[in-house]
Formats: sequence, C-alpha cells, structure tokens
Amino acid sequence: MKGPITREQIVDGTAMSRRALLQGAGLLLGFALTGASTESVFAAPASRVVENEVTGAFAPNGFIRINPTGDVTLVIPMAEMGQGVYTALSMLLAEELEVKLDQIQVQHAPANDTLYANSFLHIQTTGASSSVRAFWTPLRQAGAVGRNLLIAAAAKRWNVDPATCRAKDGVVFDASGSKHLTYGALAKAAAKLPVPPAANVKLKDPKGFRLIGTRAKRVDSSIKVDGRALYGIDTRLPGMKVAAVAISPVLGGKAKTVDEKAALAVKGVRQVINIDEAVAVVADHFGAAKKGLKAATITWDDGPNGKISNADIVKQLEQASQKPGAVARNDGDAGQALAKAAQRLDAIYQVPFLAHAAMEPMNCTVHLQKHRCDIWVGTQAMALTQSLVVELTGLPKDAIKIHNHLIGGGFGRRLEADGTVLAVKIAKHVDGPVKVIWSREEDIQHDMYRPYYFDRLSAALDAAGKPIAWTHRIAGSSITARYIPSWFKDGVDLDAVECAVGPYALPNIHVDYVRVEPPGVRTAFWRGVGPTHNVFVVESFMDELSHAAKQDPVAYRKELLSHNPRALAVLSLAAEKAGWGSPLPARNGRGISVQFAFGSYLSAVAKVEVAADGSVKIKRIVCAVDCGMCVNPDTIEAQVQGGTIFGLTAALHGSITFKDGRVEQSNFDDYLPMRIDEVPVVETHLIRNAEAPGGIGEAPTAIVSAAVTNAIFAATGKRVRSLPIDTDSLKSSS
Amino acid sequence: MVFTLKINGTPHEIDVDDDTPLLWVLRDVLGMTGTKFGCGQALCGACTVHVDGQPVRSCQTLVDSVGDSSVTTIEAIGQAPQGAALQKAWLELEVAQCGYCQSGQIMSAAALLKDTPKPTDNDIDAAMSGNVCRCGTYQRIRAAIRHAAGV
Repeated sequence: MKGPITREQIVDGTAMSRRALLQGAGLLLGFALTGASTESVFAAPASRVVENEVTGAFAPNGFIRINPTGDVTLVIPMAEMGQGVYTALSMLLAEELEVKLDQIQVQHAPANDTLYANSFLHIQTTGASSSVRAFWTPLRQAGAVGRNLLIAAAAKRWNVDPATCRAKDGVVFDASGSKHLTYGALAKAAAKLPVPPAANVKLKDPKGFRLIGTRAKRVDSSIKVDGRALYGIDTRLPGMKVAAVAISPVLGGKAKTVDEKAALAVKGVRQVINIDEAVAVVADHFGAAKKGLKAATITWDDGPNGKISNADIVKQLEQASQKPGAVARNDGDAGQALAKAAQRLDAIYQVPFLAHAAMEPMNCTVHLQKHRCDIWVGTQAMALTQSLVVELTGLPKDAIKIHNHLIGGGFGRRLEADGTVLAVKIAKHVDGPVKVIWSREEDIQHDMYRPYYFDRLSAALDAAGKPIAWTHRIAGSSITARYIPSWFKDGVDLDAVECAVGPYALPNIHVDYVRVEPPGVRTAFWRGVGPTHNVFVVESFMDELSHAAKQDPVAYRKELLSHNPRALAVLSLAAEKAGWGSPLPARNGRGISVQFAFGSYLSAVAKVEVAADGSVKIKRIVCAVDCGMCVNPDTIEAQVQGGTIFGLTAALHGSITFKDGRVEQSNFDDYLPMRIDEVPVVETHLIRNAEAPGGIGEAPTAIVSAAVTNAIFAATGKRVRSLPIDTDSLKSSS
Repeated sequence: MVFTLKINGTPHEIDVDDDTPLLWVLRDVLGMTGTKFGCGQALCGACTVHVDGQPVRSCQTLVDSVGDSSVTTIEAIGQAPQGAALQKAWLELEVAQCGYCQSGQIMSAAALLKDTPKPTDNDIDAAMSGNVCRCGTYQRIRAAIRHAAGV
C-alpha cells in the first residue's frame, strides 16, 4: 500500500463489501461510513459487527435490540474507559433478559439525554463512579421487560398462559420443555406487543442471580490484547488528514507569528491554520504534521496571564482561607467546644494541581459539512459534547453525530469537551475530515487540572482525648459551579466539601468553603473528585488526633465508629488482614484510613519503609471494601488495584506547577507515573452483602494517600501535610 | 523518499520523509493502529514494536533506520509462541482495563520471554519498567508474565 489509506479503498458501497474489507484487513474500522444506519460500533471481531438495523428488530426500550437472527445488542449508555462498565452493564441486562453474556453485543448509545441520562447526574455522562448505581435498576428492568414480551409472544403462538413458560439463554420454553422458540424467532412478534411499564415488571430476587456476583470475563478483553480495540485516536476515514496542534502556552494567549512557509515546505503538510488560541498543521500523517509544527516556529503573545506563578496562587488561597466561607455543615457549636477544649489541634493541609495524563493523548476527529457534523472521539460526556458542537456550528442537535469510542483512560479528563471544541474550530478551515492529535506535552500542559486545595482544620479533644469538635475550611476552585451548577448551592461546592468530615460520630462540626478561582488555570474533575482531596486531609488529621490523645490510630477510630457498623467492619477487616500492631523494623510503619464515599465503605492499611535519604518504599497495601452488592468481584478487585496505584502515583509524584503562566511539567519524565518496579502488591478483601451497590472506580484512589502518609508518620514521626510527599523532609537525622 | 519496510512478514512500500517516526508510518500511512502513541519521547512504551526481535520504541525509531530489518507489531505477535502465551495469560488474568497501553506491554513482555523464558521479578522489572500503565494494571501484568512463563 502506498501513502495514506485512500477514499476508494474504503468507500465502496454496501455493508457486505465493508464487512469483507474489514475481515480482509484483519482490523475493524470502527466508524460510520455514511448515513444514520451505521452508527459507530464498539470495536469487535468483524464477525460481531453490529449493523444498526432497526427494521424488523425487537427494541422495547433504548437499551435492547434483538433482530430476527437472534443477535442481542445492548445499547450502552456509558463509556468504557477501563472500569469494566461494558461488562457490568451487560451482566445486568443478561441477568434479567435471560441470555448468556456472550450473546450480547454492545454498541455505544448515541447522544440522547432522554433515553440515556445517568440517573445520578441527570445527563448522559460517565462519571462519579455511578454507572452501576445509576443503571442497576433501569437495565435489569429493561431486560425483564424484554424477557416478558418474548415469553408473551411465545405463549401467544402456543396459545398457553405466559406464566407457564420460561426463558433461558435466549430461548423460550413451554411448561413441558418440549416446545421452544429462540429470541430471534420471536423478535418480530414481540415487537408488535404493547410494552408494559418497566415499574410493573417483577425483578429477580438476588438469591436467584446466576450471573451477577460472578467473575464473568470482561467483554472487551480479547480486542485489547491484539491491537484490534479502537479508540478515538484510531479513527480512520476516507480522505482524512491529521493535524498536530500547538496551543498557547499561557491560557488566554494568542499566536503572534507563524512561519507558514517553513511548515508548508515539509513533505506531506497540506495546511497551516492559525485560530489565535492555537496553531494547527494539517498533513497526510502525524509525523509530517509534527515536523511542520516545529518548522512553524510560533511566537506567542501571552496575554494577561503571562506572569502567573504557583507561589502567587498558593498565596491567594492562603489569604482567602483566612476569612470564613460559605457554611456547608454546622452541627452543635464547634466554636464553643474549641474554646473549652482540654487540648486543641490546628493544622493546614495542601494538595496540588494534578494532570490526568491518560495514556491516550487528547484527540478528536471532525468532519464538518454544510448540514452535518460528525465527531469521532472517546468521551465521558456525550450530551455536553453535542451541545457544545451545536453552539460552535449553529447546526441543529440532530445534525451533530457523536461517534463514541473506547477511551484510553478517562480519569475525569474526558468529561470535558475542550478537545472537541478545539478540533471543530480547526475543522472549520479544513475541507474533509481531520483528526486533531495533541502531543503528550500539549496534553499535560493544556489539561484541565484537579484544583489546588488549601485546607485549615481545628479539633478539640476532651480530657480523655476524645474529639468534641471538628472544623474544616476548604479553599479552592469550584468545578461544579461551572460543570454542574445544581451542585453549587449558596456558595458551597458540594463536591469540594464531600467527605470533609469522616464517617465518625462527632458532636460539634463546622465545615465551610471558600471559592477561589486561580487566574490562568482551568480546573476539572479528577479520579476520586472531592473525596480524593478530603479523605487525605481528614484521615491524616484524624491520625494526628489519635496521636495527640496517645491512642492507637485503629482503636481511636473504632471508638468513633460504634454507630456505623459498615465503616467499623471495613476498618477492622483491613487492620486484621494487615497484621496491625505486629512489630516492624526501624523506619517501617503502618498507617490506616477509612472512608464512606461513592456509596461504598473502604479502609486501607499501607506498610512503608522510609530510607535514610527520605525515599519512600510502599511495601504493601491492604484494602477492605464493602461496596454492597457485587456485580463482578474481579472488576472490583481490578479497580481497587488500579485506583490505588492512581492515588499512590499522585501522593508520591503528582504535581503540576505554574511559572510565567506556563505549566512547568511536560511529559512522563517530569510528571512521573508509577512504574512496575515501584508498585506494591495491593490486596483486596471484599465484604459480601445485599446492600445496594456502591461505586468503586474512584473510591480506592481516595482512600490510599492518608494510609501512606500515616504510615510515614509511624515510621519517622514526621507528619506529611501536603502532597506530593516531600522526601527531603523525611531524611534521617542520624 | 520511498522505503520498503518488512512488517509482519509483508513488504510495504511507503513514501515519506526519512526522519518520519516508524510509529506514524504504521498508524497513519499503513493503518495499523494497534501500535499506540503515548508520549512521543520513548518514555512510556505504548508504541513498542520489535525490530529484528528487539523491542524498540517506534515513536523514536526513524523510518530510514529500519532498513531491511523485520518489524513485528502487536497485530502479528500472536503468531510467535511467546506472544500467543502472553495474550492467553492476559485474558485469563483479565489484565487490561482501558487497554490502551497493553499493546506495548505485551510487545515488551514478548521480547523479555524470548530472551529470558523463565524471568525473575527483577527481570520483569527491568524489561517492563519502560512501559507505563495509568490504569495501574502492573500487578496483573507481572502475574500474567509469570503465568505465561510458567514461573
């Protein structure tokens, strides 16, 4: 093959020839070619390509489609970014629809808030560890509705009472078991029956679950070990060009000079586009685009934010947090209790800006035409993306087709549509489809960052050392004020203050929030959101209280959790499994933390060793989890392992800093990820029960930092009150 | 410049500048998207391919340095015994989460097992620490390599 893939090689008529081409190439091209009947498909072996044919299909609700050949499609409302949501949601549907997991093909839902809104967030968004919680009931109901209709269709054909029939593995059987009909054979007839209200169908007793609660294999694994999985960045279209982009290094800056001639002289470069906030070089392939961008030697006008530095941002937060903020919680009279305390503790905690640094750099492919705009991207926020493209193009909503993809790491980054907005602005100048790819440097330096938070805490202990007052003031940027205004109430950011107090019984509590928006910095959600910040602060300070009271950190917390059996149970389990209290060598220590967040209870024990030079080796993490009903325990363990590493990476290495308005980090050599030679074994201990399912994608990220810093205190006597951990401060004095 | 590259046993003729990274030849010119772009600076290993059996970062391997060498990518590594064993182990242990880095992980692991069929933990650390996984699947990667190697 010579040169980039050509239009002729792909655009050639029918679905049959497309399929043949795909099979022949050994690669599935996961994009729509033409028309609405080829909505983007989840990358899958070519034999499992879902052609989106509604005609003749049984589609009783937004989630199920069964065509006469018996193919069952689950239209997946949530994005798969590694958290296992395709598998978990397929399990929910399969359980009630009575099909085998491998009978289900999954397909991304189109942007449609009416059908696919997440019931927690009320928009079609994958976030807040809410997918299983939000779809636990609706998807089982969808499956039950489908099964009831298919059984009714069979019963009608056999002229028997539907109550005497049953369904198994996609087949309906009569009472004797002698007659049976497949779902495919029943699909057309079922489609003609009136659909009962979802609320009227009876769901299975959890005791009868055959799939939910098992270690079912992930539905997306096989394509992830041989290169077939398709992410947004893998989009390939007839006539597509590829663009490299340089965004103003300072937020609000503009390109001043661009050497277009030099860029255009590079072989394969087609176009140089200056949209002020960014410059794009469009080429036949990214290698040429990148080379062209370098040749363009852009100079920038920094605009108003060119002098911003981290020190100034922290100073602004420090000053703002001296004054009271909007009151988030006020139980009893914390002020009075502090005044008469036998012992009073005060502390300041700080956590840095963080980049998401997902492995798949930001990218988006756009084909803007007169009456239509197609977007190929991996997004956590379908509806938001669509509405922003409506604003940018002036096209009606139904003319904006978002073809969602597997996501090569979300962590909150792809809740934002800035990458799509930029790509559409560029596409306005390009004739034909264009894929805009950010370099890793652009990705890290133009992220929307986890806010820097500055926290002030005070506590009062009585004569026995028991806490009688807790105050916590949080200062930082509000993401919800911009992103979910309904979560920003009376000056309080409900995310920023989530978990501002632990799950403890405390008589006097005061929590307030001071909104401070640093200039020149865009902030956004980051895995674990409010709890990732607050649990570090709260569980560290609780550790300080236990030591001030001269009590064991586990025993001290247990005293305060007697009212909260689920929290007490995870705490006790983690301590027991970690061998809490058994002797350790010098400069080794264990630390514990406990939380209730995202509907789940977690407790972690970290074991660390601090070397004489201050470097910290994390030797073991034990995590006890009660997330209620488990849909897939293997996925839960995977999330505990991965979420823990994400949190540890931030605690040990994560920090984005600004100088002269610019982000100082740029790639994996200065924004360090943990690597395989650095990570501890993470042990997960699950408490199984029948409580409502809780979220698990983010909770392990939130729990782990405090366990580590508390362990460092146990090992060295030094309290870490800001992240990332400053190893210089942990050097042995001897 | 016109080059003929031998990729997964098949010659491919391409016409690009001689300093074009192999990664973009694979992904954009030839449409083999299994090899991933992660950092562009050989810091993350997502773009790992084999050149004459040796693992290289294709984002920093210029096309004119490849010459007559054989390039193997994730699309064909399953044809080698180590690759097939690793893919099987990856599935049995459910290693992948987002999956984006896993092409590179498997390519690095396949090169390790070819030279060191029974790797120690230190061997695994040395061979795999150039591959970043932001989902944090390292524990399962290590277990899957050991599983594939039977150690």
